[in-house]
Amino acid sequence: MTESVRTPVGAPAARVRGRVPLRVGPVSTVLRLRPLVALLGGLAGLLLVFACDLALGDYPISPLGVLRTLFGGGDAGERLVVLQLRLPRALTGLLVGAALGLSGAITQAVVRNPLASPDLLGVTTGAGAAATVVIVTSGTLGGISGVVASLGLPLVALVGGIATAVLVGLLAYRGGVDSFRLVLVGIGMNALTVNATLWLLTIGETQDAGRAMVWLTGSLNARDWDNVVPVGLALLVLVPLTLLGSHALGALQFDDDTVRELGVPVNIARGALLLGAAVLASLATAAAGPIAFVALATPQIALRTAGTPRPPLVVSMVFGALLVVGADLVSRTLFGSLQLPVGIVTAALGAPYLIYLLVHRYREVQT
Amino acid sequence: MTASHIAHDTVDSTAAATGSLPGSGSSEGAGNRLRARDLSLGYGERVVVDGLDLDVVDGTVTGVIGPNGCGKSTLLRALGRLLRPKRGSVLLDGEPIHRMSTKEVARTLGLLPQSPVAPEGLRVADLVARGRHPHQAWYRQWSGDDESAVAEALSLTGIGDLADRSVDELSGGQRQRAWLSMALAQGTDLLLLDEPTTYLDLSHQVDVLELIGRLHTESGRTVVMVLHDLNLAARYADRLVAMSEGRIAAQGPPGEVLTERLLHEVFDLRARVIPDPVTGTPLVVPVGGRQSRGSESEDAGPGTRGS
Repeated sequence: MTESVRTPVGAPAARVRGRVPLRVGPVSTVLRLRPLVALLGGLAGLLLVFACDLALGDYPISPLGVLRTLFGGGDAGERLVVLQLRLPRALTGLLVGAALGLSGAITQAVVRNPLASPDLLGVTTGAGAAATVVIVTSGTLGGISGVVASLGLPLVALVGGIATAVLVGLLAYRGGVDSFRLVLVGIGMNALTVNATLWLLTIGETQDAGRAMVWLTGSLNARDWDNVVPVGLALLVLVPLTLLGSHALGALQFDDDTVRELGVPVNIARGALLLGAAVLASLATAAAGPIAFVALATPQIALRTAGTPRPPLVVSMVFGALLVVGADLVSRTLFGSLQLPVGIVTAALGAPYLIYLLVHRYREVQT
Repeated sequence: MTASHIAHDTVDSTAAATGSLPGSGSSEGAGNRLRARDLSLGYGERVVVDGLDLDVVDGTVTGVIGPNGCGKSTLLRALGRLLRPKRGSVLLDGEPIHRMSTKEVARTLGLLPQSPVAPEGLRVADLVARGRHPHQAWYRQWSGDDESAVAEALSLTGIGDLADRSVDELSGGQRQRAWLSMALAQGTDLLLLDEPTTYLDLSHQVDVLELIGRLHTESGRTVVMVLHDLNLAARYADRLVAMSEGRIAAQGPPGEVLTERLLHEVFDLRARVIPDPVTGTPLVVPVGGRQSRGSESEDAGPGTRGS
């Protein structure tokens, strides 16, 4: 090693091993093969599952028929099933899954803890609690219930989720946000909101409580274009914004001093990214209820598949969409008229895969 | 009470005690890029550094020494804009550093914290490349400049062969070089290092310090480093700043600062100072037993011995 220190200085810089440049004009990045393959694989899988989601069901349509209908053809029955029933539902699933995957990836990368996710930090449950308040009290309020329930519910959930996130952030703030403290406060807030929800369910009318329960499991049943458009528009704005901010994410992986030393205003960057993640998760929850496990598991699945040191954002997004659309397909087709809520299926599909990856990884380490 | 008063009180024998020391007389004032004026630092209510003035002389290696808890690391963090002063200011190129943007500072001044933490599974090349962050934007993440700076940093520290390895697989010495490479890749003229040799065995300590010395001689960088080992500090620093209880007790060339008297006053250590047989710089040889526990009355004080 002493010898190697004496390498001549100022020698023409060679290539840096393992960092293949990809440069077009002023734009430059590092070409990473494995994440790219993971991304393309995820996109292919998503396309397949999405197509199946449009084609399969009680009224099966051939893939060609689906394609024809999407481009303006098809008979009245096909048009109704594909364009009015299945497409908005599948799109909602895709958007919600993408939002949850991205939100989870950002949260885990910023907090530097694989257990941190909007589910565990109370964002999703906060949204759920707010929605439950509306569902349970709307029955007793009579007249306005219809309007509030149909128009205001997603908005209430959105506000509830963001408010919980801000509250967690404020409670955890002490001259800076310590990751560990944030997770602890988040878990506390999570318990609090879950208990509030349960309390609301017990005091509410049985019928309202039932409706609330269905919403709380996370479901894509009967999603129409009214559900797709707001989520879609919000994501159209938020996703590019978060991805632009994600350059700082690489530097945020270190301890606070190193992060600052690298020229990143650590508190502002963390706060902005976490707020973005909270808005994404709240939006998803507002559209489809709290779909469990997606935000927690997909970033870890994406990380292990792509072989990166932190959850890859775009891959997590695609995997999240794949998981939710796939879970919805399974819940619609495999269980006949039962129609399991998608939240149950995401957990059932995602959990074994995550466990497999974890076990597999530990084996690698041991050998 | 100013720092120079203290210095007079404690080590009046050293010319280095006052602000007008021989080594820096000419370069004092506005010439130096990094300066501290009437700097008071602390955490919460606790004051760690009180009313300190310091000029980091351009193009030198400055070693900051002092007993545990004297405020060395705190001073370094303030110089690197990681800690907001309670009073006074740190001036970088004449401008208060806390009014500059984080990114602006990061392009001029690099700092290696005492025990930095890297995420699990991060590869050496990616760690070092992260040092380019202040020069990058979301659309420009791996420019030609970035690549040559990283390649040069890797070759300077001699860890180019390890670029593919994961940081957590490295030995302590290799890891320290990796972090040092990251600070080098940042391409700043000013480099602040907080105990760059912690946890390293002696040969690796010497390796890292040799490397720092070469950085300075070959590319004229200004280095400020906190060091625990007085002998290595004396050997590799052009100037020493000895701190005691949040103030500067003495500063100047190692030969003037590292005296038996200062060791007694600042470190409460009875020691002989002899010329290093290899370099001629001061070599501290502890007599053993803290002054307070000393039993032999004829050893009236270390000041009476040697020199």
